[in-house]
Amino acid sequence: MPKTRIALPDSIDHLSILDEHGKIDTDLEPTIENSLLLRLHRTMLLARRFDERLLSLQRQGRIGTFPPIAGQEAAHLGAVAPLRASDWVVPAFREMAADLWRGRSLESIVIYNNGFNEGGRIPAERNDMPISVPVGSQILHAVGIAWGMKYRATDDVAMTFFGDGATSQGDFHEGLNFAGVFQLPVVLVCQNNQWAISIPRSKQTRSQTLAQKAFAYGIPGIQVDGNDILAVYVAAREAVERARSGGGATLIECVTYRMAVHTTADDPKRYRPDAEVEEWRRKDPLTRFQGYLAAKGLLTVDNVKAEEEAIAAEIQTAVARAEEEMKALGDPLLMFEHAYAEMPEYLSEQRADFIRFMHATQKEGDHA
Amino acid sequence: MPKMTMVQALNLALRQEMARDESVIVLGEDVGVDGGVFRVTDGLIETFGERRVVDTPLAESAIAGMSIGMAVYGLKPVCEMQFDGFSYYTMHQIEAHASRLRLRSQGRHHVPMVLRAPYGGGVRALEHHSESREAFWAHIPGLKMVIPSSPRNARALLVSAIRDPDPVIFYEPKAVYRAFREEVPEEEETLPIGRSQRVREGRDLTLIAYGAMMRPTLEAAEELKRQHGVEAEVIDLLTISPLDDSLLVESARKTGRVAVVHEAPRSFGPGAEVVARLVEKAFYHLEAPVARVTGYDVVIPLFSREKYYLPGVARIVDAARSLLSAQ
Ligand SMILES: Cc1ncc(C[n+]2csc(CCOP(=O)(O)OP(=O)(O)O)c2C)c(N)n1
Ligand SMILES: [Mg+2]
Repeated sequence: MPKTRIALPDSIDHLSILDEHGKIDTDLEPTIENSLLLRLHRTMLLARRFDERLLSLQRQGRIGTFPPIAGQEAAHLGAVAPLRASDWVVPAFREMAADLWRGRSLESIVIYNNGFNEGGRIPAERNDMPISVPVGSQILHAVGIAWGMKYRATDDVAMTFFGDGATSQGDFHEGLNFAGVFQLPVVLVCQNNQWAISIPRSKQTRSQTLAQKAFAYGIPGIQVDGNDILAVYVAAREAVERARSGGGATLIECVTYRMAVHTTADDPKRYRPDAEVEEWRRKDPLTRFQGYLAAKGLLTVDNVKAEEEAIAAEIQTAVARAEEEMKALGDPLLMFEHAYAEMPEYLSEQRADFIRFMHATQKEGDHA
Repeated sequence: MPKMTMVQALNLALRQEMARDESVIVLGEDVGVDGGVFRVTDGLIETFGERRVVDTPLAESAIAGMSIGMAVYGLKPVCEMQFDGFSYYTMHQIEAHASRLRLRSQGRHHVPMVLRAPYGGGVRALEHHSESREAFWAHIPGLKMVIPSSPRNARALLVSAIRDPDPVIFYEPKAVYRAFREEVPEEEETLPIGRSQRVREGRDLTLIAYGAMMRPTLEAAEELKRQHGVEAEVIDLLTISPLDDSLLVESARKTGRVAVVHEAPRSFGPGAEVVARLVEKAFYHLEAPVARVTGYDVVIPLFSREKYYLPGVARIVDAARSLLSAQ
């Protein structure tokens, strides 16, 4: 028998529970405690408003370039919701709602985006990794962390985020392969927001879906409506449980959309039509979730108004506090911190020379 | 002559070389429709089409590896790294293959590719967008490492890089991209790779720099003259590797006092090689130890503190004055 057929999966699950018209599939609807639903809503709303605030701070020159998340809140918030504190999140750079859920402060985000390394500080009680700018590179770290978890026989899980563009990197494929080969407790969450700066998803890969790439590495893959927080939550919960119980890795593709600029240095008018953005505006994850909660009687117009006011105040306080904190970060000598556990002799010498230079020029009324 | 920014001058070089030689192709992330995130490739896709101006999937190692293949086959790929910080993904391909194929095939193959990347600090960028790691490349035999400092020399050097039979890493000082304009001739102009330039004559000391550091260095030379009556000679390396030391040695023999300036970290940086060459070839003429005015041996801090990290006019003047006071 020289030529036989090998049966392979020829289809892949796409999960949608709460559709863009607000219609709920009651068979698939998860039972989630009301308090959790409301906490998710609060974080989603906070993230949306904070994102808007960051944009205006950037336009006023009060912070630097940053990548807005608008439109993608459900796609990463829903994913981290099933995690527990001892699990590890290994982010890319566009998952701010998930960062907030995991306990990152608004202040630290302002400080980081205003060009102070201190904004990246991870508090001792959090396991998560700092944001990772080199596209795709963090996937390998998540797999390595999961390896450590398996080695130590904990039932913790690592979850990593990356974009559609990242799936073209070798790091993505190598990470999936290792995760499969070593059966590691890692959940790989792709934020397919349709664009990698100016490159549309269709030019990133000829594959019909990104989720199907999991099959090549022998791990389960699923595509979900990333603007449906219920679908993202359900898929993530299943993947997390699989990982926790020794069932290995899962790839989740969240189909979503980057509503705003790539970063504040980008001009999307050069490469994508406004009509496409408008089309996606109708699929907004926030209003969709609010409609669901309202239909369940969990949210009223008044509730939302009160939350909006509380969130506005929270953001205002945080920005003010961050700006105050940054005044204390003016000491340039802080740039010599955290280079090594122990500062090498030659670096101490450079630091000393820097101090001498600063004194000398200050005396002359000069500047560096 | 039209006055251009470095971005426009680089665009002119690409445009003219593409028109002149149909084997030149431009590839990279966002270089087509978007015209590159810094707009260096702006409009090229309209003129030359998607066949020659290629928006690739997001994979630097692949971009470099494919460029090697294309180059070996007889094309002249000019690939773009969006930022210096992501060019290291290509290092394996460049080190293991681009720089060695001439040797490994005993002359049968060569790799006439150019890898362009914006490098350096000073533009309030994100993490991994401000490094100055030219020493990585300069350390690789078989590779050329070029860093222009102004619109005009950027244009001329990029043309030379594209025509060069060997692989060239071409780092563009992003702080200079739009910082000033300079007259750039419409007609073809090249500059030899592997030659430094004296850009200011002086007899009291020698300042050696390149890339974005040329501006503070020239300003420092001006200030030294104005405030202290000191005549500084200034040399622009232009090519980091292969390093042309003839001018450096000649100048050091004349002035006896030398400072080398770069924003890359100090240890094992290009300045270290300059010092070594001067020790080897001008030792008995040196009146003072050669000074290095450089970035510190730390990761360049995020932008709120980068001005303290980057050498500025005051640090260069400070170093020059201590050189001059050395007995
Ligand atoms: C290795 C690497 N190459 C290039 C870049 C520049 N860059 C930043 S984001 C981006 C596109 C990423 O697309 P995707 O993975 O889809 O994530 P998204 O930005 O859409 O969230 C590029 C090219 C980078 N940060 N890292
Ligand atoms: Mg994307």
